[in-house]
Amino acid sequence: MLKVVNLAHAYGDQQVLAGIDLSVGDGELVSVVGPSGCGKSTLLRSIAGLIKPSHGQVLINGVPVEQTPDDLAVVFQDYSRSLFPWLSAAGNVALPLRRKGMSRRARREAALAALDQVGLAGSADKYPFEMSGGMQQRVAIARALAYRPALLLMDEPFASVDAQTREDLEDLVLAVRANHNMSILLITHDIDESVYVGDRVVVLTRSPATVTESLTVDLPSPRDQIATRELEAFVRLRSEIGRLVRGRPDLVGEQ
Amino acid sequence: MKAVAESRAGAVRPEPRRGGPLRIVWAVVSRFWLVPVVVAAWEAAARAAASIDFPPPSAIVLRMRELWLSGPPTRLFLSDDAIADLLPGLGRMFAGWLLASLVGVVAGIALGRAATAAHYVEPLIHFARAVPPPMLITLFVLLFRSSTQTQLAVIVFGVIWPVLLNSMDGARSVERGYLDTAAVFGLGRRERLLRIVLPAAAPKIFAGLRLSLSLALILMVISELVGSTDGIGYELLQAQRGFDSPGVWATILLLGLLGYVLNAVFVLVERRVLSWHVRGTRTT
Amino acid sequence: MTGARLVRGAVGVAGFLAVAELAVRSGYLDERLLPPPTVVVREAVLLVADPEFTSGLVGTVSRWLTGLALAIAIAVPAGVLLGTVAWAERATRPLLEFLRPIPSVALIPLAILLIPDDFLMKISVIVYASLWPILINTMYGLREVDPLAKDSLRSFGFGRLAVLCRVSLPSTAPFIVTGVRLSAGIALILAISAELLAGGAEGLGVFVIRAGSGNRTDLVIAAALWAGTAGVLSNTALVAAERRLFRWHHVRSGAVT
Repeated sequence: MLKVVNLAHAYGDQQVLAGIDLSVGDGELVSVVGPSGCGKSTLLRSIAGLIKPSHGQVLINGVPVEQTPDDLAVVFQDYSRSLFPWLSAAGNVALPLRRKGMSRRARREAALAALDQVGLAGSADKYPFEMSGGMQQRVAIARALAYRPALLLMDEPFASVDAQTREDLEDLVLAVRANHNMSILLITHDIDESVYVGDRVVVLTRSPATVTESLTVDLPSPRDQIATRELEAFVRLRSEIGRLVRGRPDLVGEQ
Repeated sequence: MKAVAESRAGAVRPEPRRGGPLRIVWAVVSRFWLVPVVVAAWEAAARAAASIDFPPPSAIVLRMRELWLSGPPTRLFLSDDAIADLLPGLGRMFAGWLLASLVGVVAGIALGRAATAAHYVEPLIHFARAVPPPMLITLFVLLFRSSTQTQLAVIVFGVIWPVLLNSMDGARSVERGYLDTAAVFGLGRRERLLRIVLPAAAPKIFAGLRLSLSLALILMVISELVGSTDGIGYELLQAQRGFDSPGVWATILLLGLLGYVLNAVFVLVERRVLSWHVRGTRTT
Repeated sequence: MTGARLVRGAVGVAGFLAVAELAVRSGYLDERLLPPPTVVVREAVLLVADPEFTSGLVGTVSRWLTGLALAIAIAVPAGVLLGTVAWAERATRPLLEFLRPIPSVALIPLAILLIPDDFLMKISVIVYASLWPILINTMYGLREVDPLAKDSLRSFGFGRLAVLCRVSLPSTAPFIVTGVRLSAGIALILAISAELLAGGAEGLGVFVIRAGSGNRTDLVIAAALWAGTAGVLSNTALVAAERRLFRWHHVRSGAVT
């Protein structure tokens, strides 16, 4: 599905990414975890075609990414900067569908269906300022779902909401993934989260970032916020990833 | 849809309405008591002074009625003079304002999105808007001969700058996240401009439009005072030259009412169009 | 402002002048009506030595600044009063709401009738017009003062006056300067409009009328260039003052002008 080959990027003479290799298989959910400021967002922006990396290649289904690929959607961390405040929830979800040649009615129906999936059936005509942060991020997720991308990128999607909402949203992502055959790349700084939602966890070093390890998460599905986190396998994985980043104090006590 | 409108209205007015008629009376009195006091004091002072140039408000209101509200009821009592004085000037003002707004918004958004191009013209724009428009009335009079064209030119030249600069600023400072999102979801150039940049810049554009509307009224009056044969400003000048001081006062009062109504209507439209923004970081 | 930006700005100005020059020289625009930029610039330079023009410029600018200073002296205390005393603000609001939208130039004919002294007449219309932006911005600024800052000072036992002087006024200052900047533009419009309507011994407006009656569009444009320069200078000075004095303050004012 997605293949990143020796990707490197520098802003001016500041090197942020130093040769990243990673891949996401069809229907796979890969978490990328790393200390903040290590270049995770730069990685995501390169994959999304928002910036042109200095070196290396991003391939989606074998085709190099030049501009923003058609089959790709992104959920950004800061919903307040990615949801359009002048559009209702349904309007936000329906807007990207314009380029799919759908009729006005079909767009609206697709938007309502997507909002229903994220549990916002009754809020289609609400405006962002009338919704809580968690609801707004659900709208952003619905927008990505309605777009029906082959690859979904999520950039710290739960970092701006409170702990309870965060757990709900993690489960929401797992649920929609079970329903759609979608490949997901989720970027996070939270080790627990990366293990909880991921099929595989890719660990980055601090800037200039490289991949230190790629661990397969062998946990039973469906996952459960309490039971899964109690499993010995979960605790072991978490410790292992923690150890991988030990000695990097910038990860400890972060945010 | 209806529920949304209600909940939004509720959000704007958080105070629940409470209390009976007494409270409403008190609210009106505490807000408006000074108005009758001032009018009464003015009336008394003017009668005491008995000066021709300083008529009491009652005389001014009478004169207003005589000038503009003596027509037949079928025309809402508007007199021939009211129609002849008000319409041409207002027509020129709106024409000038709309033309300037259109050009200002389009050029402003284009320049706001094209940073390099903006660098070439910015010094010219900043200089042009610093030139006080009345300085150019004589120039436009010589250039155009026709008084309608002259007045349109004065109004357009005078009011375009706030719209242009605010549109530029608005288009330039569109949240990067909005543009990233638009790019990720593959919105085309046209859609990006119309559906992202334009609404994102709308609050600033409206601030510019509002400023330019009040400026347009000022310029309409000055251009009619200096070089015109009709319009409210021309009537004002005639009244002054004929030492018809109640007429001068009445005209000023009329212009005040006009300014008030224009602004009120504009605010109403702005609230509707920018309802999503009213709750946010409105400043003006 | 970077070097490249300055160069581009200069290129833009030069390009504009060159195009205008060509348009006139090639006969596309009528030379008798619109003189070419070279002529206008030459006239503008020559105006510096023309006593009629310089006395006019000095006269207009001094009335402009006097009016503006008086407006500040009246509007800031009034704004502070109305911004801090709630009942006064409530009572005067309807009056202000009505007085504010009166287009200020309409008052010039009335002022001509009421005030026989030419200087006083001109000053009073300038003052009236420039009061509003300063007054409104002062009141608005006071309303925006962080209540937490006021409370924290009050909790240390400071009185109302101390809170006003130490918290409210300093945090309102940037708004006041913004108001002054808006007023300066309007005041210059009024200063010149009053001269156009009432005439007088000297002034930019008077000069322009005389130049216009002699069909000297070159002189009219040259004088407008100087008036624009005055406007740019005052605006630049006030923007610089805003930036220097209030670096801590990010005023997100609604309008740019």
